This record gives sequence, C-alpha cells and structure tokens, in this order.
Amino acid sequence: MKEMHITTPLDDRTITELEAGDRVYLTGIIYTARDAAHERMMRLIEEGKTLPFDIKGQVIYYTGPTPPRPGQVIGSVGPTTSGRMDSYTPKLLDMGLKGMIGKGGRSKDVIESMIKNKAVYMVAVGGAGAKIARCVKESSIVAFEDLGPEAIYRLMVENFPAVVAIDCYGNNQYEIGIKMYGRNL
Amino acid sequence: MIHVDEVTDAVARLCVEANSILPDDVMAALKKAVEIEESELGKNILEEIIDNDTIACSEGVPMCQDTGMTTVFIELGQDAEIVGGSLIDAVNRGVSRGYREGYLRKSVDKEPLFDRVNTGDNTPAIIHVDVVPGDKLHIEVAPKGAGSENMCGLKMLKPADGVEGLKRFVLDTVKNAGGNPCPPIIVGVGVGGNFEKVALMAKKALLRPIGSRNKDSRYAALEEELLKMINDMGIGPQGLGGRVTALDVHIDYMPAHIASLPVACAIQCHAARYREVTLG
Repeated sequence: MKEMHITTPLDDRTITELEAGDRVYLTGIIYTARDAAHERMMRLIEEGKTLPFDIKGQVIYYTGPTPPRPGQVIGSVGPTTSGRMDSYTPKLLDMGLKGMIGKGGRSKDVIESMIKNKAVYMVAVGGAGAKIARCVKESSIVAFEDLGPEAIYRLMVENFPAVVAIDCYGNNQYEIGIKMYGRNL
Repeated sequence: MIHVDEVTDAVARLCVEANSILPDDVMAALKKAVEIEESELGKNILEEIIDNDTIACSEGVPMCQDTGMTTVFIELGQDAEIVGGSLIDAVNRGVSRGYREGYLRKSVDKEPLFDRVNTGDNTPAIIHVDVVPGDKLHIEVAPKGAGSENMCGLKMLKPADGVEGLKRFVLDTVKNAGGNPCPPIIVGVGVGGNFEKVALMAKKALLRPIGSRNKDSRYAALEEELLKMINDMGIGPQGLGGRVTALDVHIDYMPAHIASLPVACAIQCHAARYREVTLG
C-alpha cells in the first residue's frame, strides 16, 4: 500500500503506476453519474449524439449528493454501489473514460475492458459523505438537471481520498484482501 | 389524546436527527473495531468513518448521502386516541417536511418498473404499525440506504435443512454482498413465521442494541458463532480485506408452520441510523 497524489484528467503514466490497495488523493475535475444518468448517456450514444462532457481521460464518480444547505458547496456526497453501472461501463471505457470512483466489486466484463483500455477503478469510503464533501471546492450541473440528485455534476475536488480497488492490470483488492485476511472458508 | 400534528412534528425531527446522529452503541462498536482491525487500510477506513460520523453529528449534516427510504415502526397503544386526521398521512407529512427542511436526499421513485420518476419528497415512507397494550404512541424512524438493502436475502428452507442450512444461507448472503453494503455491517436474521413475517423480523433484529443477545441461549450461541464465522471471512471494512466485517449478528425467531423454515438475512451498513420517541 503506497500513497499517491494524482490529478485529473488521468494520463496513462499515472494509471500504470497505480496498484490495487494504494491510497490515492485526487485533485481536479471529476464528473458524477449514477443509474439514471448512465441510462441517458447510453441513449445519447445509441442516437449518435455527443455526451454532455468530453469523456476522454475523465473520471466518473458514482454518487447522488444530498442537497446543499445555504452556503454549502454540496451536501453529503459519498459513493454508491458501482455494480449497478457495470452493464454501461465497458462502452464508456471504449470511448476513453479512464477512471471510476464508487464502492463494491465490478463484473468480469468491466475488469476485462479496464485492462484493454488501461483504466483504473477506485473506491471511496461508503457512508463517509459528510467528510468527502469537504474535498469538493466547486460544483455545477452539467446535464439532466431534471434528475435531481441523479444529474451529472462537474465537481472540482482537492485531495479526494480513495483507494485503488482494481488496477489497470486487473489486480483486485477485493480478492487480495480476502486472501490475506480470510480464515478457512 | 394525541393530535396528528404532534406526530408530524416528531417524525420530521426524527428524520433529520437520525440522519446526522449515529446511535451511541454503533459509535462505540466502531471505536472498538479500530482496535481489533489488523489491516492498515482497514483501520484507516474505520477511522475515516468515525471522523465522518463525528462531522455529521457536530454540523448536523447527513452522515451518508443515501438518506434512505424512510422506514417507520409504530407501536400504537390500543387505548391511545389519535385525533385530527389520519395517522399514516401525518407520518408521511413528517417525512416530507423532514427531508425538505433537513436538506436530505429524496430517493423514492413513484413507480418502480417503467417510469421511475422521483416523488420529490421521499414519501411514501414504509410504515409498520403494531397494536400494543396501553395508551402511548411509540415511533421509531430508521432510514436505510439501498446499498445494504439491495444485499438482503430471504429463503424458504426445509425444516430438515436445520441449523446448518441457516448458517450456510446467512454466510452466503454476507459473502455475496462483499463490499457492496459498506462493511462493517450489522446482520439481522429472522427465523420462522412465514414469507412476509420473516423479513420484518430480520429488519427489526437490526434495531437491537449492538452486543445484545437472544434470550434463548441456543440462539445467543448461534449469534456469537455466526459473528465469528463472518469476521473470519476476511471481507473487512468496505470489503477491501480485514478482520472486522460485522459489528454484530442478531437473530430473532417465532413459531413456524410444521412444513416451513423461513429464514431472512437483513444487512445493515455501518451507518445504522435510528431515532425514536414516545408520544402521549
């Protein structure tokens, strides 16, 4: 486990240095999208339209924040379960998406596509949305405002804490962790 | 005499408080978990969770962005007199107000299969009413996120499957859940009753204080055994490996049909939120 400070958009050199189990702190722009936003992005792709943001090199954060109180940049903004986005992800990786932040495991298809496209999957601590909100310095809606918390937000983050769960070589911290700490099951 | 407006006020307040104030028993269990955890990353994650929950409490902000579908358990005294309108409507008005005034996320879709359009105020709540002796009205608000809710399971076992069948089902459910329900988790197990009752029993078992044991020593021993087996899986905090996967296991049972052994396994994330009040 090493600690790395990285900036977005992600370049291949940075991605190849990241290993499953590393602690990372992200600074730069990330985009939020969860179930409904992914569904809409797929529809745009099918219709041959452009996505609401240029996805090349970008990082998508699976989250749906609580509404900000007056004076707050954003409300609580922890990760949601990534597995629900698995069926949409390989398509976005093929289009140039380089990183994802969520929580929980990913499907075989996603991992294979990550290896093929040299991408990284990171996780933030689920249920730590109040603390994560402090890393968000700016927030604006990019698309699908009618979806409320499920809209696509552009977030400017500073030292956003995450863990590399699956690296671009397919090493998977969920499997490594169980092998290290599991007892006779 | 209890006016429905009192119910609405109480529910609105409980929704906001439950989402920002973690119960003491859960916080104490998280602090103990930091001491037990052997994985450096796991320890790190547990400390981040405690830090987060401390921020949420001191600033009055939601500890998690998934402020849940609001589950409300009501114990209605059979001699209580509720005036001023419908009790259920009053609860839903309270949820609506609490989620608006508390800046909580509205996470309820009106229709689940075709449209999936948000209702905009987190109603309707899931409301369970039990009629009990007395003239009081007890309200318990438990917001629960979908990350852990989606990992719950129910199985109609055969009586011959017995204790081993139950253990296998619970362990499989926890294993399949992995990191998705935000470990460390609390596991609530219902045994017996029928199809719909067993799920409710498992849910209510989650609300028992951490460290409490079933009064029947056989079930208490099974709780301890399952807790050890779950923590031996190595899933760890957030599923990234470690010693602490579950903070506790609670099992509750009730009579069952001679041909049935229903088992439900409810999984609760570490943000085990609830808040209660008694009116009247």
